[in-house]
Amino acid sequence: MMDSEEASIRQMPKLLTLEERVRTFNEVNLGFNEDQAQKEAARCLQCPKAFCTSGCPANVGIPQFISAIRNGDYKRAIGIICETNSLPAVTGRVCQVEMQCEKACILNKKRVPISIGLLERFVADIALKKGWKKLKCEQSHGGKVAVVGSGPAGLTVAGDLVKLGYDVTVFEAFHKPGGVLVYGIPSFRLPKDVVEKEIKTLEEAGVKFVTNVFVGKTLTLSELFKNGYEAIFIGIGAGAPIILNILGINLSGVYTANEFLVRTVLMKAYLFPKYDTPVDSGRRVVIVGGGNTAVDSARAAVRLGAEEVTIVYRRSEEDMPARREEVLRAKEEGVKVLPLVSPLRFVGDENNHITKLESVRNKLTYIDKTGRPTPISIEGSNFFIKANMAILAIGQRANKAFTQTIPEIKLDRDGYIIVNYESRTSLNRVWAGGDIIGGTATVIQAIGDGKRAALNINKTFDKSVR
Amino acid sequence: MYTILDKVQLAEGIFKVRIDAPLVAKNWKPGQFVVLMVNEAGERIPLTIVDGNSNDCTISLVFQVVGRTTMLLASKNAGDKIFSILGPLGRPSEVKKYGDVVVVGGGVGVAEIFPQARALKSLGNYVIGVVGARTYSRLVLVEELKSICDEIHVCTDDGSYGYRGFVSDLLKRLLEKKDTIGYVYAVGPVQMMKAVSEVTRDRGIRTFVSANPIMIDGTGMCGVCRVIVGGEIKFACIDGPDFDAHLLDFDTLESRLKTYTQRESEVYQKFKGCEYDG
Repeated sequence: MMDSEEASIRQMPKLLTLEERVRTFNEVNLGFNEDQAQKEAARCLQCPKAFCTSGCPANVGIPQFISAIRNGDYKRAIGIICETNSLPAVTGRVCQVEMQCEKACILNKKRVPISIGLLERFVADIALKKGWKKLKCEQSHGGKVAVVGSGPAGLTVAGDLVKLGYDVTVFEAFHKPGGVLVYGIPSFRLPKDVVEKEIKTLEEAGVKFVTNVFVGKTLTLSELFKNGYEAIFIGIGAGAPIILNILGINLSGVYTANEFLVRTVLMKAYLFPKYDTPVDSGRRVVIVGGGNTAVDSARAAVRLGAEEVTIVYRRSEEDMPARREEVLRAKEEGVKVLPLVSPLRFVGDENNHITKLESVRNKLTYIDKTGRPTPISIEGSNFFIKANMAILAIGQRANKAFTQTIPEIKLDRDGYIIVNYESRTSLNRVWAGGDIIGGTATVIQAIGDGKRAALNINKTFDKSVR
Repeated sequence: MYTILDKVQLAEGIFKVRIDAPLVAKNWKPGQFVVLMVNEAGERIPLTIVDGNSNDCTISLVFQVVGRTTMLLASKNAGDKIFSILGPLGRPSEVKKYGDVVVVGGGVGVAEIFPQARALKSLGNYVIGVVGARTYSRLVLVEELKSICDEIHVCTDDGSYGYRGFVSDLLKRLLEKKDTIGYVYAVGPVQMMKAVSEVTRDRGIRTFVSANPIMIDGTGMCGVCRVIVGGEIKFACIDGPDFDAHLLDFDTLESRLKTYTQRESEVYQKFKGCEYDG
């Protein structure tokens, strides 16, 4: 048994050296080694009432998998996780654990919650390396399912249904499957080989991936039904960046985070000119927003060689929705965070290229319905931030390019697809999940949605087709 | 992968390729485009679909060599493969019976007005083509367009063929003589489309242009193709590419197009050098 002092020590993962971090896109957090994982697992109190599991949107059996780790049975541990979470090597890296399972952990009362995310990643990485994730599939019964979008929701549906003997095809508009996992989250937080391995696992189990298909345009939903698909899952993501309606928004050098990250992450602009897609290598970069996308953009800008990277956020730093850990890492890498600041307009030069951002300082007032204080601007506090590149990372809205092609589907006021408790849309044999149903925009929520949809698609088939 | 079935050089630096792309060919409508990647390390560029045939499952694209990607594409031949083609993207053009209409094409834009010219003609419009290029050797598809249009007017900037001047000048002369034109559709360089819109603005002639901003995904996701239309932000890839010329802010469209000019030309020069070194 460990003494109580040791038991209270939360294991810290090894990190890449700062020097290497600021000039490469290599993964920063190197995770736990086996010794650390064992020590961390030993700290778990194995609460009979698992608050951690309730805190997880996918309800992963956390105490159970940690117990398996303690017993050295990593294969069993990954089996437990995969019952409810199909992408543990991804979620173990990108989950907002401090707001979910680790927040709910009883030890969080003493500020030393179990490092659940890193334990999940530890076993998930072993499983990927050893090929334990090979899916056991029931014999095919010919039920044909089309999955639209290959992000975390779509991959989850595909994995769950292929295991149940379905013939699953995933359609992706980009030239590479993975959705936000390949175009959005940079490799310093989520290495692309992790995603590729997850996709390969599905392919080996029989899932077909068809890229370069924008469902609704390249192939319509009715064509999919005509082609014999009996159920369709829509997991296309929110898919449209919110654009601030302020002066100078169309200057060159003003990017949405989506554009900046697609160029950098998916199109590999950081390897330009080996890869053909360019990206501005701004010297002074200002990022607007406070979420993970803002922080990812800032850290990518550092790695592209920016000299000064500043995040402006309208509320206080504590209110930033980004993961604490990532904000900390960003600061270590030289990113400045300027809280309580709102952008007013971008100013450009004679070539319509951005030169500065006029901003205003805010003070916080009453608590709004999201539980956060509302910022209001302080009159006369305007100031300029020099910048030759700006990145807007202020969130997503529903992209209507797909839903416009099926006007019969019921949408909410903001254009998100409405689903019922079984993930069903208003269209017969069409289910949906992930960001397009207006969820919380997290990978784990999308996985949770995918699980529910797959379950209900299967239930429907049990009744009707099979 | 998508196979090139044939490639024709139309003029100096301008090529037409016919590509096997059954799904795009089937659902394509005039005004739509594809986003194409020549190879896996390539960039994604938008190209207008100038023709599509659902019987032989092919689409035709016309492009001018302006940078590395188009140069790479020009180096491909019949039988070669294209890594990625996504489409048909964008909203189809609005094509109606107006009576007398003018389709205006400048440079490689001459090829891009073909689908509209054909569609407008098939609805019974009297279709007038006004086309031009910098010089005679850059002029494309004039004879082919003649077979679709009821009349055709040609110009070159240097006077080496037809009227000497810009298509906008030629259009102005035409409109001074003919006051029955109900619709103008123009495709070409930004300054050309802007000049055309100025010519038709005072006369109140409904005018549409095909905006040609930089694009990446082409599905409304990245926002790089945003343009200002009547003071509102629109995405050319999903709200366009056709926009009312009298509402489109041509100046920011043009300046945003130039974002990467310097970096790209450095690479292009280097790449061109390699090619010539053999």
